Amino acid sequence: MPFTPPKESYNGKTFELTIGQGDKAVTVGGENVLAFHAFEGSVPREPAVAFEVQDMPPDDWPETVAEVFKNVSSGPVTWAKYCQDSLGAGIIALRLVSTHPDRGDASADQAAETVRKVLAAINVPLIVLGSNHAEKDAAVLVKVAEVLKGTNSLLGKAQESNYKTIVAAAMANDLKLIAMSELDINLSKQLNILIGQMGFDKEKLVTDPMSSALSYGLEYTYSVMERIKLAALAQNDATLQAPMLADVGMFVWKVKETQAAEADLPAWGSLRERGIEWEAVTATSFLIAGADILIMRHPEAIGAVKKFIADMEVK
Amino acid sequence: MALTGVEIFKMLPKTNCKKCGQPTCLAFAMKLAQRQVSLDQCPDVSEEAKQKLGEASAPPIRPTVLGSGELAVKMGEETVLFRHEKKFVNPCAIAVKISDTASEADASKVIDDVLSSEIDRVGQKLRINALFLSNDSGDGAKLEALAKLASTKAPAVAAIISTTSPDAADAALKHYSGKNAVLYGANKDNLEAMAGKAKAHKATLGIAATGLDELCDLTEKAKGFGVADMVIDSGARRAGEILRDNTYIRRSAVKKNFKPLGYPVITFAGRDDSMLESLIAVLGIAKYASIVVLNSAERWKNLALFSLRQNIYTDPQVPMQVQQNIYKIGEPGPKSPFLITTNFSLTYFIVSGEVENSKVPCRLAVLDSEGLSVLTAWAAGKFTASKIAQFIKESGIETELETKELIIPGYVAILSGSIEDKLEGWKITVGPREANGLPAFLKARA
Repeated sequence: MPFTPPKESYNGKTFELTIGQGDKAVTVGGENVLAFHAFEGSVPREPAVAFEVQDMPPDDWPETVAEVFKNVSSGPVTWAKYCQDSLGAGIIALRLVSTHPDRGDASADQAAETVRKVLAAINVPLIVLGSNHAEKDAAVLVKVAEVLKGTNSLLGKAQESNYKTIVAAAMANDLKLIAMSELDINLSKQLNILIGQMGFDKEKLVTDPMSSALSYGLEYTYSVMERIKLAALAQNDATLQAPMLADVGMFVWKVKETQAAEADLPAWGSLRERGIEWEAVTATSFLIAGADILIMRHPEAIGAVKKFIADMEVK
Repeated sequence: MALTGVEIFKMLPKTNCKKCGQPTCLAFAMKLAQRQVSLDQCPDVSEEAKQKLGEASAPPIRPTVLGSGELAVKMGEETVLFRHEKKFVNPCAIAVKISDTASEADASKVIDDVLSSEIDRVGQKLRINALFLSNDSGDGAKLEALAKLASTKAPAVAAIISTTSPDAADAALKHYSGKNAVLYGANKDNLEAMAGKAKAHKATLGIAATGLDELCDLTEKAKGFGVADMVIDSGARRAGEILRDNTYIRRSAVKKNFKPLGYPVITFAGRDDSMLESLIAVLGIAKYASIVVLNSAERWKNLALFSLRQNIYTDPQVPMQVQQNIYKIGEPGPKSPFLITTNFSLTYFIVSGEVENSKVPCRLAVLDSEGLSVLTAWAAGKFTASKIAQFIKESGIETELETKELIIPGYVAILSGSIEDKLEGWKITVGPREANGLPAFLKARA
């Protein structure tokens, strides 16, 4: 019996977005079908994975992931170079944790200096993230944006409570920008519209609908991502056609499953594999839901996710 | 094609007799179109209408049971492509492969792993659901020996017998008669004989095709041989093929009511690299498999896959709720902080996660607020001073505390006075508005 495949075609497509410069630049987006659906449309490129680096030693990371970086994580420059040169990172995501008022309260100038040093040390694209303290991020990211001028880096995250300052800084320095809202397609859309009203080019935006960890709200992120992708494609909604970011590592490496010893919970199996698996499974779920850029921590989890992407054979 | 409510209505008696439990025939027709009721609830429907509607009102993916007894699982019955549209109904079964070339000791170890795979997650008992017994040796006697071993050691665990030999199938299935096993391996060369064995042992027939054209052909022929229950494999093994075929199958069944593909799907995730295998299984769980077959079942992998299956199959329209209780985080003593929040699962996860981050042992009271977050619950009158006071009093927690102090979310600071009025002798402290302020807040107190 001849079978007619029920293909879906959509009017919309996601924006292509490039970060970084030269032959190391990375482009994501541009597909006119759901994630990995190359069998019925155009998926011009694979999703990208960024390695997370922090501006201070990872004293709150569990052993499984902290020990990988123990010889390099005393400073962000050695850490970033290690990710790029030894682990093959195609993108570095530098998180300015130490600027958080509770984590050292480093000044905007100190943060800008850190970013300048990391920029000088690497040649892959850079994502710079604040400490997720809305007020402080606004002050820090303005200074950081000046240092990033002309590098086509990705800056984040602009949220409802601080977007005006950060958007202005990204515009003035010609940067790409992450807009984050909390697990609601309408909030994502609204923030993207507000940012657009300031004159920011919608094709320079990345949407972060907020991540979560496996077993800790994963299904919310998963469904918001699927709904955003469907709205972008089926409804051709330009306010939701930005590539999506999943900031995975920071949610995964704080849950109990990545920390509890096997001796205490024998039914949960090996702690090391469990932690890496938790990050890889969380990340893979978001890729299936439509994420274009992942920020992750453990190189083995990243390796597994890259093998999964290769198995999809979209190229 | 699925019929609309109005098309169905035309075939109903139009008496509005209410015997079906619906107020009118039209209401019943609308529910029928959404597959929320079944046609046999109408006592007066004509034979002609029954025949016409029967096919159209049957679930687009045939309901099928895997295994028997308490551990049996239902497959099929799905009605949507995306979980935000409507709940995914029957969580995907997870099976582990055992080859009949393995030694008895090795096979026994996998069976033991499966028997001890049960994990309690958020009130649900989750486990590996089936053994996939594979006739890799090509020797019927070896497959039978494996089936005998598995059915003796794990009589309650469902089996999928994998072979292309009808005689080997017959011998192995004898050990699983009446247990809703699957006989996997029916192909274009052995279909009729395999269909006969599946019927004889009341097993579900597993179709092993090489592509979707052939798959449609085989299910139609098997139906012609009198087989009703099937699970289907298009032959997809690479991730991209699995996504493509499983998507086409689900769309055909659900959107076009295409019967030749209206059966539960079996997806093979097997890889030598166990972690990659688990990620292929993630794809199967998220994208439409009813059975995922693995090569190995390490505990760390089970925990992750069971959790994902639970996440994907939760009802998106019912906020996930945590049971009202006072939860201990770390090992709190009489001086440890005591906090309260609502029972929306996401609220609970975020708050408990941040408390864990702080490394300060605490007690966290979770008040039943019908699954609403703090501000919403407060606005809806589900997180009020009197409800909080009553919960705290009835919990008897004060006997465990040195100081009667309760930390409330910053968003409901307005409640602090009225809670103090209602909870005599208690001090109410206002905590941070956002959970991410908790580590600093708790550390500063310690």
